[in-house]
Amino acid sequence: MATRRQGDPTAANDPVIEMHNARVTYDDGETFVLDDVSMAIERSEVVGVVGESGSGKSMFASAMLDAIPDPGRLSGDIRYHKADGTTIDVLELDQEELRQFRWEEVAMVFQGAMSSFNPTMKVEGHFRETLKAHDTHVTEGMEFARELLTDLYLDPERVLDSYPHELSGGMQQRALIALSLVLEPNVLVMDEPTAALDLLMQRSILMLLQELQEKYDLTMVFITHDLPLVAALADRMAVMYAFSLIEVAPRDRLIGNSGHPYTRALLNSTPNLDAPLEEMRAIEGQSPAPVNVPSGCSYAPRCPLATDECRADDPGFYDSGSEHSTACHHWEQARETIDLNFEAGDGDSTGSDTETES
Amino acid sequence: MSQTDHVADTATQTDSDEPLIALENAEVHFEKEQGMLDFFEDPEIVKAVDGISLDIEENDVLALVGESGCGKSTLGKATIGLQRPTAGTVRYRGQDIWAAKDGRGDVEIPFDEIRSSLQIIHQDPGSSLNPNQRILEILSRPISLTHPNAGRAERRERIYSLLERVGMNPAPDFADRYPHQLSGGEQQRVALSRALLMNPDLILADEAISALDVSLRVEMMDLMLDLQDDFDTSFVFISHDLSNARYFAEHGNGRIGVMYLGEIVELGPAEQLIEEPAHPYTNVLRWATPDLSLDAAGASEPPMRKIDIPDPVNPPSGCRFHTRCPEAREACRESQPALTGEPAAHRTACFRSQPDHEYWDSAPLED
Repeated sequence: MATRRQGDPTAANDPVIEMHNARVTYDDGETFVLDDVSMAIERSEVVGVVGESGSGKSMFASAMLDAIPDPGRLSGDIRYHKADGTTIDVLELDQEELRQFRWEEVAMVFQGAMSSFNPTMKVEGHFRETLKAHDTHVTEGMEFARELLTDLYLDPERVLDSYPHELSGGMQQRALIALSLVLEPNVLVMDEPTAALDLLMQRSILMLLQELQEKYDLTMVFITHDLPLVAALADRMAVMYAFSLIEVAPRDRLIGNSGHPYTRALLNSTPNLDAPLEEMRAIEGQSPAPVNVPSGCSYAPRCPLATDECRADDPGFYDSGSEHSTACHHWEQARETIDLNFEAGDGDSTGSDTETES
Repeated sequence: MSQTDHVADTATQTDSDEPLIALENAEVHFEKEQGMLDFFEDPEIVKAVDGISLDIEENDVLALVGESGCGKSTLGKATIGLQRPTAGTVRYRGQDIWAAKDGRGDVEIPFDEIRSSLQIIHQDPGSSLNPNQRILEILSRPISLTHPNAGRAERRERIYSLLERVGMNPAPDFADRYPHQLSGGEQQRVALSRALLMNPDLILADEAISALDVSLRVEMMDLMLDLQDDFDTSFVFISHDLSNARYFAEHGNGRIGVMYLGEIVELGPAEQLIEEPAHPYTNVLRWATPDLSLDAAGASEPPMRKIDIPDPVNPPSGCRFHTRCPEAREACRESQPALTGEPAAHRTACFRSQPDHEYWDSAPLED
């Protein structure tokens, strides 16, 4: 057995956001929708956060910006490190400071662009209003807006002169991404930004995000239920289950050498063009509701490897390889006994994986 | 669900060689909504389905894929008699569906019978189930239509056994709930059960799994495929996701049809179409399909020249894909390739599948 060592998703060289013990409760603490989540986001990395509906992934995104919808209560410690080296304690910001922080430092894009736009205002009005509200030079700002729209393969004049409903869904969502970047934030947090779009547009937007990330050196946090989609973009991936993080690893390791039985089941449940059809399997059972998360490991009731230890003792993070943290007592056994049903390429060797046998 | 009834049904109707559904040059053209000021101008026409011929057999599986706005839902609805074609015909076992509706000619199969044999499940099951009725009531309605003489106890018995069959245990408990007390996956199972209780010959599953979590999609597709075996139903499965279309169509031994701007550009057996895509647009859909193999995981350049689909009001001349196609040449702008190949085999609408076409001598298109 592995000795229990603290795998640590908060370890980082140059973190831009550090979250410690973030907790979101409703009903006077009766209902947890984010349970003691700690993680650091490195500057200029792309993190993909994956979870099923109701796993708490949107709460994770909202917590980073102290934007939990009422009457939810957020506790814990969230720090943002500005490019100039100063640090902001996000939960201490007042309303006005928070408003500036959310656009100028960390911007957020949600799914369903139509509900983020004012339907009676042309797209240009949205850009101008945003620039004015943040005391930015409007002419210069609009010039940058045109550049961003061009980066997103949109015709700036046509889009700026349109009402939101005159654009296709894919164009709206790209215009919204441009709007979120017009104040030059360092971090872009996206919650299912492509979910309402067809697959071709989703994939195209991912390609454009990658180009934006490189051009503007952005840090991105991309939250989705669609693991294979974000795998095309992410440097590092985090998997959520039942309101907690359960595995964090560099992309190639998470796909090719994950240690958590849930991650492996999730990978195997995904229809894939190349995987043999017979081996795609749904995950048995259901995720727990926020009121009756089991004691011990929350995945134990569905897990083929669960033992009495799992049911009694909630596993913390084990160090399961280089920059790889897995919240499972049996992460080594999971790798050995739960086969992946697709050809993951050489993910095993890229992670210099010699430490799995300890 | 009574299997014997069903067998009797089909026995009386399959004495001809007619396919279950036959579309012939079906067109669905919509007039685009206009503002007050455009009142005196000619309306703009959206060609949602433009000249499609297609047969669906008994126990058949057809998956339709394509981008938003390619017309796949409209084609699906035309197939099950929910959308009247503006030209061409849609036949059910040889009977023109809309002639039956209008009472034109000799109507051999009444419209009501046709409509109840062709069922649909929608993307959003939550809004297709009456929120004020318990599941038991929702599922009683189709039984009272198909089996007017069934008593209360018999109806309940059928509903419980079907709920158990679709994995909703304990059935009496689920039957007593309202739709909002079910998860999305459970609501979709109820919608599927309701469709099956009509003894349908064909179910249109219109993005029926798209709103479910990725991890639940395989489970739902497996269930539909199992029930297809049990109930001898054909499926038209609409998805924008090629990997789901592949899973469903390959398991069901069926075909995949790729649609682009109102036309079918490639149609073939699922496995063959995925392994050897013949149309450049099918290739684009392949590119868009996430792949877990790490070599392919990076966001590579797409095999197309433009991201956005053209306005369906003014579709491009010639081959409609030529404005985005990486292989397009002058010939593609000038003339339109037909969907060719042997009827049963793998057909495609691209000049590149014709070795001696003038395409090969024409100049590549420059943007």
